[in-house]
Amino acid sequence: MSQSIRLTLKIWRQKGPADPGRFETFAAEDISTDMSFLEMLDVVNEKLILEGREPVAFDHDCREGICGSCGAVVNGRPHGHLRGTTLCQLHMRHFRDGDTIVIEPFRARAFPVIKDLVVDRSALDRLMQAGGFVSVNTGSAPEANTLPVPSDRAERAMDAAACIGCGACVAACPNASAMLFTSAKVSHLALLPQGRPEAARRVLSMVRAMDACGFGNCSNHRECEMTCPKEISIVHIARLNREALKAGFLSPER
Amino acid sequence: MRLDAKIPGGPLPQKWDRHRFELKLVNPANKRKFDILVVGTGLAGASASASLGELGYNVKTFCIHDSPRRAHSIAAQGGINAAKNYPNDGDSIWRLFYDTVKGGDFRAREANVYRLAQISNAIIDHCVAQGVPFAREYGGLLANRSFGGAQLSRTFYARGQTGQQLLLGAYGALMRQVAAGRVRLFPRREILDIVVVHGKARGVVARNLLNGEIECHEGHAVVLATGGYGNAYYLSTNAKASNVTAAFRAYKRGAAFANPCFTQIHPTCIPVHGTYQSKLTLMSESLRNDGRVWVPKRAGDKRPPHQIPEAERDYFLERKYPSFGNLVPRDVASRNVKEQCDQGKGVGETGLAVYLDFADAIRRDGRAVIERKYGNLFQMYEKITGDDPYETPMMIYPAVHYTMGGLWVDYNLMSTLEGLFVLGEANFSDHGANRLGASALMQGLADGYFIIPYTLGGYLAGTSLEPVSASDPAFAATAREAEERIRRLLEVNGRRTVDELHRELGMVLWNHCGMSRTNEGLAKARARVQELREEFWHNVRVPGAGRDLNQSLEKAGRVADFMEFAELMILDALARQESCGGHFNEAYQTEENEARRDDERYCHVAAWEFAGLEREPVRHEEPLVFEHVPLTQRSYK
Repeated sequence: MSQSIRLTLKIWRQKGPADPGRFETFAAEDISTDMSFLEMLDVVNEKLILEGREPVAFDHDCREGICGSCGAVVNGRPHGHLRGTTLCQLHMRHFRDGDTIVIEPFRARAFPVIKDLVVDRSALDRLMQAGGFVSVNTGSAPEANTLPVPSDRAERAMDAAACIGCGACVAACPNASAMLFTSAKVSHLALLPQGRPEAARRVLSMVRAMDACGFGNCSNHRECEMTCPKEISIVHIARLNREALKAGFLSPER
Repeated sequence: MRLDAKIPGGPLPQKWDRHRFELKLVNPANKRKFDILVVGTGLAGASASASLGELGYNVKTFCIHDSPRRAHSIAAQGGINAAKNYPNDGDSIWRLFYDTVKGGDFRAREANVYRLAQISNAIIDHCVAQGVPFAREYGGLLANRSFGGAQLSRTFYARGQTGQQLLLGAYGALMRQVAAGRVRLFPRREILDIVVVHGKARGVVARNLLNGEIECHEGHAVVLATGGYGNAYYLSTNAKASNVTAAFRAYKRGAAFANPCFTQIHPTCIPVHGTYQSKLTLMSESLRNDGRVWVPKRAGDKRPPHQIPEAERDYFLERKYPSFGNLVPRDVASRNVKEQCDQGKGVGETGLAVYLDFADAIRRDGRAVIERKYGNLFQMYEKITGDDPYETPMMIYPAVHYTMGGLWVDYNLMSTLEGLFVLGEANFSDHGANRLGASALMQGLADGYFIIPYTLGGYLAGTSLEPVSASDPAFAATAREAEERIRRLLEVNGRRTVDELHRELGMVLWNHCGMSRTNEGLAKARARVQELREEFWHNVRVPGAGRDLNQSLEKAGRVADFMEFAELMILDALARQESCGGHFNEAYQTEENEARRDDERYCHVAAWEFAGLEREPVRHEEPLVFEHVPLTQRSYK
């Protein structure tokens, strides 16, 4: 059964990249516990608009946990405190009447703030451009079943491929490392026979791109794994490290 | 306006081969001399951009999000059809073609649908080669499941995230072309208009969503892959940014809009639970492989589901349609769900829901099997509703999901505006009046990977295109109009928010131009939409500035277009005095309450031509000829 709760929100406001930014406090009244977190922000924004103030900018789109657009740090945790959940899937039934909620953008050197809760995550696209694909042109594929893939291997590849590219792993990491994101793609393709021909080149190139984009290194804090809305395991980081080591010693691409 | 579908001659199975041979070619060294503008990066846009880049064209690709990977194709859950016949259960290209034409209630072009079925197998090959992690059998070969409107298993899937995996495949291919310098990517851009020079589409006007700057981009052809217009209803399963603006602007510049009243209401969505609700969430049709749909037999039975004994439950789809059971097509399932709820048998707090029950499947196959097949969907359901579907049946209700209508295109996917190609959900071509499940992914990728690379080349090689530059007066004029519109939106400074007005528009459409339509209701809705539009332009409040990241302004522009477009949907519904597929006019139904077509008068595509402000658009007809699938009353009994 839904209930109505009252909340105090401390939200990060920042007019643009050059503005230093600050927290502003808002009262959110009459919030139904059936609302999603973003619907709660919608309610706050509607009120701001009618009061003649600027609403809080935040990225969002599918609102069902798959597009990876949304995300903010809620009470210190990217996407909030619930495991395996994007911000749009976090419902207000997980908060209590009278709670104070602190909402800030994802913070990382590679993710500059654009406005309020909106950050620039284009670095993740640059990582993918460095090798997050199999080089196959349209029209040149062999018949699909000529290449059997053991089902457990396909399942493990799918576990990694489930990454939605939200960037929460980077925001959660004390080093602002993109290792979980990068390893998910490296691992997905390294596990499949289709990805093997380019595996060495891919891992070396993507790791170089991580450094170039300003992401930090992994020092095994495991915050990324805890925060990942798709619960992607750091096993994939181990696989990336193995792939990188192998490529670094043995591959002509090194 | 002449509607020439340009369907090639010859026997159906050879039309596409023959056409590909007849299309002129652009020699490889000349391809780099052509600039192609692709709008949208969903399955259709990303696959088109990547494939055109691979061929050597200069591609500029625009996307509304921060990254192409966020396009709404990402949310497609259940699967993608292909006629591989791996399960050996009797499938063929012909049967996929037949099922799709029949599923669409005979309002799609035979030649287009046949081509789609032919291409379907190459899509699976290509996606597997890209590393899309499709589900596999223990022997390592690809697995299939069933979807609505088919009596066999031809749907390939990657858990409940098939759209995501296919889009990431296409996105990877696109990123590869960006790295190779063949595609230039323009993220966070919204296309506000199409620029027409000497009767041909030669550019776009875009707004940079980060700083509000208006940009002009010129090219030799424009490819729109901007998705559907389901968000006209406000509440739909579409993502929040999905909109009709680019397609509607193209319509105003001369591209005919086909069958705008053909909208798909998907039967299995999580029911509405509050007035603040911002969107609806689909529960994949694949769930109907194992889930059984039921309501209590007695109207007003408020007992919790586990207290209702088997004998007092009505599995109404299985009862009414014994051969297809729970897997009847979406339009049929949705209407039946509505019918049960209208009779007072609906369940849940609002009475606007039916059960989708997995108890039998869990007993039969065990929880682990069900979890492997649908785990992420069950989890999504649990997060939203707080109920655990392993323990208690899901509650579902129909919601707006897809739009079969779209910009009219010929066999080459070119609209009536020369040089403007339209792909994926944004065009109207393949699904008739009702799309079958797992066919949208197939169509988007067929258009992008395997059709546009040929037909666009044919256009470029066969057309004389004088050089244009963004300094051409047509660009400045179009950009000025876009700026002027933004100025007007910001100036109103009224008392109602964009969302408030959009919600109201959505209710009007849902009540009168939704699952069930009447002539009186449509007429009333039309008047109401006109009033709302009037109110919008006098009473909307859009805070902030034009030259800034301004999400309220973005929404306002889209809703302003929905306010106009909604009337076109209603006009089209009023003009089509029959029922077919998703368009159900209560005056035209069989004794068993199924849609009754009128093939004498309406066996055609309706394509609307913009005739200027304050004037009724002109309705054109493209007759549909069925030579291979005989016109019959659809039956899924």
